[in-house]
Amino acid sequence: MQFEASNLIPVVPELFILSLACLVLVIDLFIDDEQRIFTYALTQVGLVFAIFITLSVGQTEAQIVFDGSYIRDGMSDVLKVSIYIVTIGAFLYSKEYLVEHGLFKGEYYVLGLFAVLGMMVMVSAQSFLTAYLGLELLSLSLYALVAFDRDSKTGSEAAMKYFVLGAIASGMLLYGISMIYGATGALNFTTVTTALMGTGMEDIVLVFGLVFVVIGLAFKLGAVPFHMWMPDVYHGAPTAVAQFLSSAPKIAAFALAMRLLVDGMLPLHSDWQQMLVILAILSMALGNVIAIAQTNIKRMLAYSTISHVGFIMMGILAGTSEGYSASMFYAIIYAVTSLGAFGIIILLSKKGFEAENLDDYKGLHERSPWFAAMMMLFMFSMAGVPPTVGFWAKLFVLDAVVSVELTWVALVGVFFSIIGAFYYIRIIKLMYFDKAENVLPVIGNLDTRIALSVNGVLMLALGLFPAALLTICVRAIGS
Amino acid sequence: MEKIYLAIAFTPLVGAIIAGFWGARIGRAGAHWVTSVGVGISAFLSIIVLLGFISGHREVFNGSVYTWMISDGITFEVGFLVDSLTAMMMAVVTFVSFCVHIYTIGYMAHDEENWPAGSRAGTNSYQRFFSYISLFTFSMLLLVMSNNFMQLFFGWEAVGLVSYLLIGFWSNRETAIFANMKAFLVNRVGDFGFLLGIAAVAMYFNTVDYAEVFAKAPELANTQIQIWGDTSWSLMTVICILLFVGAMGKSAQVPLHVWLPDSMEGPTPISALIHAATMVTAGIFMVARMSPLYELSETALSFILIIGATTAFFTGLIGLVQNDIKRVVAYSTLSQLGYMTVALGASAYAAGIFHLMTHAFFKALLFLAAGSVIIAMHHEQDMRKMGGLKKYMPITYWTSLIGSLALIGLPGFSGFFSKDSIIEAVHHSQIAGAGYAYLMVILGVFVTALYSFRMFFMVFHGEERMDEHTKHHLHESPKVVTVPLIMLAIPSVLIGGMTISGVVFGDWFKDVIHVAPAHDVLKEIGFHGTIGFFFHGLFALPTLLAAAGVGVAYMIYMKNPEIADKIKSAASPLYALLDKKYFFDELYQAVFAGGSRWLGKILWKAGDQTLIDGLVVNGSARSVGFFAGIIRQIQTGYLYHYAFAMILGLLLLLALFVN
Repeated sequence: MQFEASNLIPVVPELFILSLACLVLVIDLFIDDEQRIFTYALTQVGLVFAIFITLSVGQTEAQIVFDGSYIRDGMSDVLKVSIYIVTIGAFLYSKEYLVEHGLFKGEYYVLGLFAVLGMMVMVSAQSFLTAYLGLELLSLSLYALVAFDRDSKTGSEAAMKYFVLGAIASGMLLYGISMIYGATGALNFTTVTTALMGTGMEDIVLVFGLVFVVIGLAFKLGAVPFHMWMPDVYHGAPTAVAQFLSSAPKIAAFALAMRLLVDGMLPLHSDWQQMLVILAILSMALGNVIAIAQTNIKRMLAYSTISHVGFIMMGILAGTSEGYSASMFYAIIYAVTSLGAFGIIILLSKKGFEAENLDDYKGLHERSPWFAAMMMLFMFSMAGVPPTVGFWAKLFVLDAVVSVELTWVALVGVFFSIIGAFYYIRIIKLMYFDKAENVLPVIGNLDTRIALSVNGVLMLALGLFPAALLTICVRAIGS
Repeated sequence: MEKIYLAIAFTPLVGAIIAGFWGARIGRAGAHWVTSVGVGISAFLSIIVLLGFISGHREVFNGSVYTWMISDGITFEVGFLVDSLTAMMMAVVTFVSFCVHIYTIGYMAHDEENWPAGSRAGTNSYQRFFSYISLFTFSMLLLVMSNNFMQLFFGWEAVGLVSYLLIGFWSNRETAIFANMKAFLVNRVGDFGFLLGIAAVAMYFNTVDYAEVFAKAPELANTQIQIWGDTSWSLMTVICILLFVGAMGKSAQVPLHVWLPDSMEGPTPISALIHAATMVTAGIFMVARMSPLYELSETALSFILIIGATTAFFTGLIGLVQNDIKRVVAYSTLSQLGYMTVALGASAYAAGIFHLMTHAFFKALLFLAAGSVIIAMHHEQDMRKMGGLKKYMPITYWTSLIGSLALIGLPGFSGFFSKDSIIEAVHHSQIAGAGYAYLMVILGVFVTALYSFRMFFMVFHGEERMDEHTKHHLHESPKVVTVPLIMLAIPSVLIGGMTISGVVFGDWFKDVIHVAPAHDVLKEIGFHGTIGFFFHGLFALPTLLAAAGVGVAYMIYMKNPEIADKIKSAASPLYALLDKKYFFDELYQAVFAGGSRWLGKILWKAGDQTLIDGLVVNGSARSVGFFAGIIRQIQTGYLYHYAFAMILGLLLLLALFVN
């Protein structure tokens, strides 16, 4: 591999985040607990800068660097910016929570930034190894974050489970990659694609490889039956971490699926399409049905994530650029919605009290009509009720699937969405029609309240004007 | 260019939002300032736009502001079409709205007295009221400025919503709630037709944009469609009649007129603004806007003509027996809307719009004057308890007189010009039903004069029939009330004579309103200048009938009050028929309200409770819940179970795909 300085220009955002992470790590060593706010501010400002850097580095045509193992294109730009924004939101919401729970430490932000870096690498991967590298960087940071509250037993247990299962999944993914390497003799996507065009599915090693790669992906996405870590991790991790975990990494997981399956193995489309159909249907079915039986809102949201992942996979399996952009739209919208829903949980959680049981939401309307309304918007958006944006996200995906003659898959999706609507609307019923068990007013910092309001109104605004974001997604996929 | 239109439409919305959401914080004065200034700006800019069109230097604007979505090749947009018709409507709407805003400051000043002590709905009701009327102005502007059917429908429903909210504004009153429910339901009937009409347009034209639809209309003029069985219908007739059904609901035409008299339960300012000057004329405006479509269907025009003529005469008759001051004005509004509709049916769209404009001024004036009387009478609305108010309320008296004279069409006043052009137009019309319509509108003139001056004499002249306490407190209303009266009185007198030559007989609506040469009745009238029109009308039949009406009213209610009772007993079946408003309410109550309640009950008991709730909903919910309960057991919490599930998944996929 030859080193060229011009190779570095497309990766400036990655270099920036890496330096930022190191800088935050070092600076944090030299400040006291009282000044920890500085670490936080530096991280946030850095992430805002990263948005501008990414946008200014971006061009219309794709650039492939480092001997074809790294790519910067429209999709990577849009997804990276979404990841920054969602991360900024997650850090913003979680600050108060971390302070109150004694978790307001520099490591949180360092790990967060490394996770962001890992996601960026995933988003821009153009070879199996780069993708794997990014994935591991993300996963390792997340394992540590889940166990961030060291003294919490459930937290450690969740981290342990996550780690072990994650290791198995990584093993499977690597195993799959090695078989594909064996069959094609290459790791970077362009070469693999060319090689696959010749062989097709006759090669049994290739089928093995594909199955293992898809399983690795399914684990990261949280698709049934590789989903079991999610409820336990969401439940066990500190709410702030669960929030982060449920938002930005889902965008990255979407990108990983796009890179591995579409960029890397498009000639095998008819095979992975069928695998995704199975996984998507199982996810939507199981996710939505089990969510109904949950009494803990974090677990409920975990199952809800599983069902949404089904939808994201449904768009990808369509195998058309319409489907990809619909999925991308869905992933971004889901991340933002989930961010808001967890934001409300965080807002209601106070020192020594986690608002994680459904009963804690009874009569929220009496305590805070505004935030009850925001929560209602999040829930409606997740359920896909117009005029919130969740409706459009679902509609675009369904439309894409119907247009490739997989109407029955779309029908299954709609069927389980209807079942799923029940548990979202149950929250609304609890908030508006039940008597409050405690009548404490809802208090929160001004920045949290503003961010939550913006987040909530965004659900409605994007729902009324979905064209702008959709155009961005379509253009990103098209380039 | 576009910015000024955006500003006109959205300033009232801003005012409405501020007063609505932050009403408690900005207080009463803040609320009325922010909304009045918003509507004031909008009115000022609208008048600039109107002047631009009058002087001819402003071009027609037709453009989209925002594309909402494109679905199946049909583009849904927010867009403005501003031409001379729109400019005129904008100016009328914002000007009347502005007057009403100012008037409301006085009318609602003591609104807290209208609510029971400590009522939650009564808190900040003053601010809420201002928010609603500003919101109404916004909705109405979107309606008239629209360049496509979708936005038209949005505006249509939005004004309907605000009307509903305002009729039931005093939500503690049983009658108000009944009235707003009634208005809502009756409008549903109309809007259903309207929506079907829009759907038909979208289906056959494949677009909802006015310009494209109008351009394509002649091609489809002879299209026949099958709706039911084998009978074929002319597409244009179907579309036009369906759209007109919407107009019948909104503009209260027989038989969908029943909601308008009841809407008087709302505060008087909105009766003036919404239920007299602007919203109820939306149907008239819509038909005029769609003239390129209506001109293609003579059947639809005849239908409109007959409905309008029936409304004009028969609702006027009911006005003769009403004793509530606002209801008299309400029936008068119905009758005048009938006149406008007649003009549309006769293809004299310009005359209809012209009457819409003059009517907006003098009817708003009459309503506000009635409101002024109501304030002075401490919210007593029964005319039998009034009388002799002339000496207590001079400004209200004189402005009412102007309004009434304009309404009955005294030569020289606005109403004269507009009503006479309609009558002349119908006289020249050749389409089916024109003869009936001519008879109705001519007789209507007499009736109009009679009920107007019956009310006028009963309120302002004669013996003082109020109780001592009320009499003691009688005085002229404050300036915020009387100034709008004067502001409206001026156009009530002048605007007709000033603009008739341009609007009705000139080329003000050239290229905007399309009239087929065979229907062009206005051209046949032979207009020779405003003065000529005035003298021609001075000794014509309508003027004589109006004078007769006033004379009869004078005889009965000033000279010999006992005549009224004699007539009442002599013609008691007729009186009962009018008093019961031709039994429309009873019929609807029994058939539609009763019938749907009966149907609802059956569906509720048999369909909902047993079948849906019992079997489908609870049954499936129970089974889903049951399965959820079982499947959740899979999530044991044990790591090795999780890993096992993953391996199973792996085996499943391998087994399926490796062969």
